[in-house]
Amino acid sequence: MVPLSWYIGLSTVIFMIGVVGFLIRRNIIVMLMSIELMLNSVNISLVAFSHYLQDLRGQILVFFIITVAASETAIGLAILVALYKNKEAVHTNEITEMKG
Amino acid sequence: MLPKIFFGYFAIAMVVLSLLIITRRNPVHSVLWMLVLFFHIAGLYLLLNAEFLAAVQVILYAGAILVLFLFVIMMLNLKEEISGERFEGAWPLGVSVSAIIFVLMLLTTGDFVHGPVGKYTIEVIKSETHAKALGKLLYTEYLFPFEIASLILLIAIVGAIVLAKRRS
Repeated sequence: MVPLSWYIGLSTVIFMIGVVGFLIRRNIIVMLMSIELMLNSVNISLVAFSHYLQDLRGQILVFFIITVAASETAIGLAILVALYKNKEAVHTNEITEMKG
Repeated sequence: MLPKIFFGYFAIAMVVLSLLIITRRNPVHSVLWMLVLFFHIAGLYLLLNAEFLAAVQVILYAGAILVLFLFVIMMLNLKEEISGERFEGAWPLGVSVSAIIFVLMLLTTGDFVHGPVGKYTIEVIKSETHAKALGKLLYTEYLFPFEIASLILLIAIVGAIVLAKRRS
């Protein structure tokens, strides 16, 4: 039997890799993918909790997280397409309109 | 012993794949590595007796969301975009802040205390089948959040069309 803490550790590692990817990459597409990575790591820990606590509510939460992730990806990519149409830019340092 | 070997393989593969995703220069390569990662996550769900979620993971994430990513990447012309610098100028700062948060999170995971366990043991789920047990819970106790989720999806569809359509 694999201990629960291993799953939490794995989830933590993948979550932090997602955070690092979001912070250090310039490409907005890869930043969106890092967000997906973080959401997936949380899903892993929720399913592990659900299995070890013998309660299906964790897996219900995973459903809702998948729903929100799908909506977030659709909206994010639509914003990206609009941005590329208007400015021909996908890198964060080329988008400086909101700078004071 | 055998579950530990499986878990070790999945864990090592997933960490390596995540690192590949955030370091590749070409976003298409990142998306393809992410496809492999999602299949590994589905395998981990099977290890945790969540077979319905494994199927949903493959269908929704690998089938729908990654195809959406690929569509957008292929639609944009990224030839000259991917030849430039990959990382932010201040990337050591980002990595070190993340490392500090990572150590803090790892220090707390050891202190986790089990709560009272629920009634869904493996035998109960086996006798009822996993999809049926999940569906019962989703359509009775979580009916209202389920309706809100459908509303979120509707808003996402409308929002995506409004944002991406051509200005006339």
